[in-house]
Amino acid sequence: MAVLNHALSERKTEETVYNKTIPAGDGWTYVLEPGQVLRLVDLEGNQAADTLFYDADHPSDHYSAVNTIQRQGNVYLSTGSVLVSESGKELVKIVADTCGRHDTLGGACSAQSNTVRYSHDVLPMHNCRDTFMLQLSKYGSEFTKRDLAPNVNFFMNVPVTPEGGLTFEDGVSAPGYYVEMQAINRTLVLISNCPQLNNPCNAYNPTPIQVLIWDK
Amino acid sequence: MFTVSTTITKQIPVGGKWSSRISKGKQLTFTALEDGANVSLLLYNANDTDERYNMPDTLKAQHTAHLTKGNVLMSDNGRVLASIIEDSLGWHDSISGYSTRQLINQQYGVTTYQEQRNDWYRSGEENFEVELFRNGLTKRDLVPVVNLFSKVYCDVDGNMHFVPGHCKKGDTITLRTEMDVILILSNTPNPLDTNGQYPSVPVELSITDAESIQDHDLCLNHRPENRRAFENTWENEILTKGGMN
Repeated sequence: MAVLNHALSERKTEETVYNKTIPAGDGWTYVLEPGQVLRLVDLEGNQAADTLFYDADHPSDHYSAVNTIQRQGNVYLSTGSVLVSESGKELVKIVADTCGRHDTLGGACSAQSNTVRYSHDVLPMHNCRDTFMLQLSKYGSEFTKRDLAPNVNFFMNVPVTPEGGLTFEDGVSAPGYYVEMQAINRTLVLISNCPQLNNPCNAYNPTPIQVLIWDK
Repeated sequence: MFTVSTTITKQIPVGGKWSSRISKGKQLTFTALEDGANVSLLLYNANDTDERYNMPDTLKAQHTAHLTKGNVLMSDNGRVLASIIEDSLGWHDSISGYSTRQLINQQYGVTTYQEQRNDWYRSGEENFEVELFRNGLTKRDLVPVVNLFSKVYCDVDGNMHFVPGHCKKGDTITLRTEMDVILILSNTPNPLDTNGQYPSVPVELSITDAESIQDHDLCLNHRPENRRAFENTWENEILTKGGMN
């Protein structure tokens, strides 16, 4: 079993500057100022929070999964992980985590990938990439589909085996588990609270997550 | 009588880069000309470059974190860009990404064109930026690459391990294009290869017409997911080609 980097937070919910619940299947964006702390709470357990990050001052510079894992030499994110952009800019650092590890390789579900993974007739089902696109479309022509680089799946368990296999397993998360990240630079955060009904990434039961923000 | 060879052969030198538009139905054989090759590879749909190789979709559909014969490289639109039809190695790296300028300078020292001329140490980052730009794309279009010839595995704690000595001189991998693509290559070190002085060796790329895909094709039948991705690809071809003038 992997070593999990559990770290509790001292931050108090009554001191937040922002507190919102995101139902399953919904999206959310927010610009974190340097020093601000974002906590994601897996309210009911085993949910997947598909999350992308952009340099808010240069939105064409997206989160890079491979630059991030290459720098830390490990495919999972947890306390101490620094999430970097394609250009190498440090966007956010994970400062607390009661889940222990988060996926960097599973990406986001889409209508098209669902047809490949399950069957052609699931094309109409709601999916994360539609949520990402609906959220980014709010920014007019600033973003296009090109900006949908592979994302983080907070709370999701996608073990990579030493033999090179990739499996989706029931999560290491549970009700109330949270992950907290502090912005190093101005960072646009984009979340799709995963609506997937076809695999165990969210225990076949998509549930709400909570987002809380502190000024420091 | 003048004849034109239907096989194109390119040698990609140490630190080299190459890009080209390549039609559907071509066969591309990469050969390591020395031990320890690593070629970082990107693929885009030539007719709609917003559609590109997607690492997570490729890996999760085939339940694998590494690539070999039988696997296909899928796009973010659930289609097949290229299939791996032959492979002498059994493992090509999908998770380590390309070498950045910062990493090359840190690991192998700062080199400059002024001092070293064409022996300076190229980075995957700059090679890709140039070849993307040549094809109307930018760094914004950079995504996780495939590192041909390299093996990187993860232990149970998720730590990534580069395997030295995996690729021997003469090792080959053969891709078959399943749609018109833009292929972008950077023959630069795997970012997790800390062995030696700028570990990069020449690689040969030979391109010819592939045999048409048969119903018993290994890549088509590797998993039901692969067949559905091929069906999506063929449907798109029907929708975008032919019809009345």
